[in-house]
Amino acid sequence: MPLSDFQTVIGLEVHAQLLTQSKIFCGCSTAFGAEPNHHTCPVCLGMPGVLPVLNQRVVEYAVRTGLALGCTVKPTSVWSRKNYFYPDLPKGYQITQYDQPICEWGELVIDTPSGEKTVRVRRIHLEEDAGKSVHDASASAGQSLVDLNRAGVPLMEIVSEPDLRDADEAVEYLKALRDVLVYLGVNDGNLEEGSFRCDANVSVMPKGSTTYGQRCELKNLNSFRFLKQAIEYEAARQVDVIESGGKVDQETRLWDVNKGVTRSMRSKEDAHDYRYFPEPDLPPLLVSDALRDSQRQSLPELPRAKRTRFMGEYGLPAYDARILTAERPLADFFEACAKHVSDAKKLSNWFLGELSRLLKEEGTPLSALRFTPAQLGELLATVEKGTVSANAAKDVLGEMFRTGRAPADIIAEKGLAQVSDVGAVEAVVDDILAKNAGEVEKYKAGKKSVYGFFVGQVMKAMKGKGNPGLVNELLKKKLGD
Amino acid sequence: MSSLTDLSMLELAAKLASREVSSVEATRASLERIARVDPKVRAFLRVDEAGALKAAEASDARRTAGSPLSALDGVPVGLKDIFLTQGVETTCASRVLEGFVPPYDATVVRLLKEAGLPLLGKLNMDEFAMGSSNESSAYFPTHNPWDLTRTPGGSSGGSAAAVAAREVFGALGTDTGGSIRQPAALTNTVGLKPTYGRVSRYGVIAFASSLDQPGPMARTVGDTAALLQLIARHDPLDSTSADVETPDCLTGLEDGVRGLKLGVPREYFAEGMDPEVAGTLRASLEELEKLGATLVDVSLPHTKYALATYYLLASSEASSNLARYDGIRYGQRAKDARGLKELYTRTRGEGFGAEVKRRIMLGTYALSAGYYDAYYLRAQKVRTLIREDFTKVFQQVDAIVSPTSPVPAFKLGAKVDDPLSMYLMDVYTLPCNLAGLPGLSVPCGFTQGGLPIGMQLLGRPFDEARLLRIARAFEREHDFFRRAAPV
Amino acid sequence: MALTLEQVRHVATLARLSLTPQEEERYATQLSAVLDAVAELEALDVSQVEPTSHATLASSLLREDVLRPSLPPEAGLANAPAKVGSAFAVPKILE
Repeated sequence: MPLSDFQTVIGLEVHAQLLTQSKIFCGCSTAFGAEPNHHTCPVCLGMPGVLPVLNQRVVEYAVRTGLALGCTVKPTSVWSRKNYFYPDLPKGYQITQYDQPICEWGELVIDTPSGEKTVRVRRIHLEEDAGKSVHDASASAGQSLVDLNRAGVPLMEIVSEPDLRDADEAVEYLKALRDVLVYLGVNDGNLEEGSFRCDANVSVMPKGSTTYGQRCELKNLNSFRFLKQAIEYEAARQVDVIESGGKVDQETRLWDVNKGVTRSMRSKEDAHDYRYFPEPDLPPLLVSDALRDSQRQSLPELPRAKRTRFMGEYGLPAYDARILTAERPLADFFEACAKHVSDAKKLSNWFLGELSRLLKEEGTPLSALRFTPAQLGELLATVEKGTVSANAAKDVLGEMFRTGRAPADIIAEKGLAQVSDVGAVEAVVDDILAKNAGEVEKYKAGKKSVYGFFVGQVMKAMKGKGNPGLVNELLKKKLGD
Repeated sequence: MSSLTDLSMLELAAKLASREVSSVEATRASLERIARVDPKVRAFLRVDEAGALKAAEASDARRTAGSPLSALDGVPVGLKDIFLTQGVETTCASRVLEGFVPPYDATVVRLLKEAGLPLLGKLNMDEFAMGSSNESSAYFPTHNPWDLTRTPGGSSGGSAAAVAAREVFGALGTDTGGSIRQPAALTNTVGLKPTYGRVSRYGVIAFASSLDQPGPMARTVGDTAALLQLIARHDPLDSTSADVETPDCLTGLEDGVRGLKLGVPREYFAEGMDPEVAGTLRASLEELEKLGATLVDVSLPHTKYALATYYLLASSEASSNLARYDGIRYGQRAKDARGLKELYTRTRGEGFGAEVKRRIMLGTYALSAGYYDAYYLRAQKVRTLIREDFTKVFQQVDAIVSPTSPVPAFKLGAKVDDPLSMYLMDVYTLPCNLAGLPGLSVPCGFTQGGLPIGMQLLGRPFDEARLLRIARAFEREHDFFRRAAPV
Repeated sequence: MALTLEQVRHVATLARLSLTPQEEERYATQLSAVLDAVAELEALDVSQVEPTSHATLASSLLREDVLRPSLPPEAGLANAPAKVGSAFAVPKILE
């Protein structure tokens, strides 16, 4: 059977670092980029005698996420120890949630070419991150170095059901999930720094089959592009194995960015037996009704709901609404500006065009914008009234962006206002036509191409500030069109 | 007048308060006593002479200024080497931690320092508290001051021996399956295992986290009560620490046992008990009755399963708790290991002693794929049955009375090659840990050969004050603690 | 239940313990005896019993999300058998 006769089946396990100040079980900082082991204490170094004490915000964030994804938030969940030896795991076990996670059974709706699709979320659980082993130049040959700054950073693992059917769906799900987490303020969505990580469970089965094939777990997928490439590569590899009469082994495979292939990570001899058991140092985690209710009440509008509302309330096309709602600060700023304009679509054009160009070029975050929504509204109204040309308005916006000065001041100072006074424009038009009687004759005789010459002369005489609409209107009237 | 070191903690405290004796004098007396008898007893792994004297001087200055930190300010005590002490080597009597100097104090160590008690040093124990004779210490066994050829019990054997030999006025131990009470019984001292959660475990090297509990060891019931009051605090660094008030164990200490119902569990008086222990216990029970208590025959039907349950659960937790000793961040590292895997296996293989390895093996096995349900999970369920036994009995009685140890102190070397018979030493003490209850051992007599015998009292959760009151009523009739060990 | 030498070696591998051949023999014998002794638990019907994993009567203790001072790295690494700069050093980790 060719590849096209197989169905790919994908489930994603996402590890999201929670945006807390301190680690999950101690008061050390979670900040990225410190010198090795500068954010460590006896607890996260796994010293003898230390005990974990749970960070309250970690619980709040997990509950918030669970509610946003429509999960059941469990009144009682249980911490477990996952036992294995590795230099970056200081205690020799990871504190995690195993058979009784904090949230279960939710869903996330994504867009696919064939319409909306609901992907089931099987569970959300909390755990501590491990440290980092480095093998860089500062280590001598035959040595690795261990940095435990990350050890104990709070992670939330979100596990989907194997409901995804191709790499694009997987990417779509991952993006939608990231948008939700970033909206909730629980994660920064940063794949490159590893604060939002994804493993993919991939299997293939003949189309029409209802029995899943043996799955492989793919790791090191730290961009949307790698996720797509790795899934596509892996599905093709598994089909090859089956087609050549082989059997897919259940294993963990690493995406090799340079070679563009997945390769087996662990030898079977080292098969893991994690010996999970309930963590005796932490009582079961109780989530009170009060905590759940307060988190429910403070849930923000989520990206998908906001997008739908933008389309309805502002009459925006789906494309615009999606971009405007991709990030909460942008959406909030759009809504603030929309209060000051009559035509939201025109505002959207400015957002998608000039404003996003400026934001990108200047590298300014939205939170640092210098001008106010009212000022942007004022600028758009000025264009509407014809006081400035659309082109001049771009310059004005640029100046507002850099200085935060009022548009009227900028227009006045730079002399960007258009002349829209009928009498003033008519006088110039009359003057130009009178001075160029020969050309007028030619025009009237049918040489319409000289029209551009008249426009040019009028604008030149008015130093470019004539309202183009008015100039056209008057020229055509005088020329008898 | 008897020597300074013969005083109880409360007697010494009174003399410190009246300025009849200084803390430096008391501390020097302890240090001299240690120098004289410890070469025979071998209770200490490390004596911190300078630290203790410095603390004693500070204490005397406070007494002079009229601002003592607590009633026991200036009373020197010792610490089982399981408690982390900032700047003072802490090994848990294991080779794997040799040279480890902690960067922080255990909560109870901090509390003792804040109460002004000079800390004389670190006391010997079974390696990682795994043992009942102190013979699994990686360094040397401790000897029983009542008979130097015998064990002081374990795992807090160094603490018990030091208290009994008058080297320290009191000590802290830990009790996972009887490790405070059994050595107390074998050395004519008082030992209290508080309710699980009563005393912070932060900075106490973990053996079995759901069973471990630090507690006081002293010569008298009053001293034990006074020491408990210093360390029984809710600790925000220990998630299993109970958020309850510090008990007042001293006010009602002399109230006697009149009207109290004491349960005598028939399963604890079964075969296997030394006849002298059995006889002494019977006599003690009659005395309690004479003092006004009512004895009630009770049953704890799942007692016979406690030993198996305990060894599975404690070993499983230990196998995980001891995973951190890998020679990477602290402690000993195997020399010239070729590669990471060998670094792990040799550091641990060479760093741990036989008993510790045996329990790590058992625990690893009990948690491993395919055996978890049959061993670990089943043991957890039986633990529930054992707890329920106690809950039912405590609906009828105020406390339970039993022997602490089935036998008096045995000869060093007698059981080292027979783990099962060694495990049987804890048969009366470990159900209490499985149920999380408070338990106490108080001296109740001697064998004809002069070996101490202890009586165990078990109580409802957080009912330490009542156990101490019962023990005190008994102690008042005998003053066994006045009898000094012949060392 | 008797443990085979092979099982003893597997458990030792899981626990990262190097054992001498004599230790393997001894643990096979001793652990088999312990397992025989604990087999008495099989006599109990525990199908309707909930497991007890915590002795504590404490409920969830939570701490506020506030920073506490970390250890100075020289204190955190003071006991390290091998270090490079402020990192712990180990033999090369092979994937």
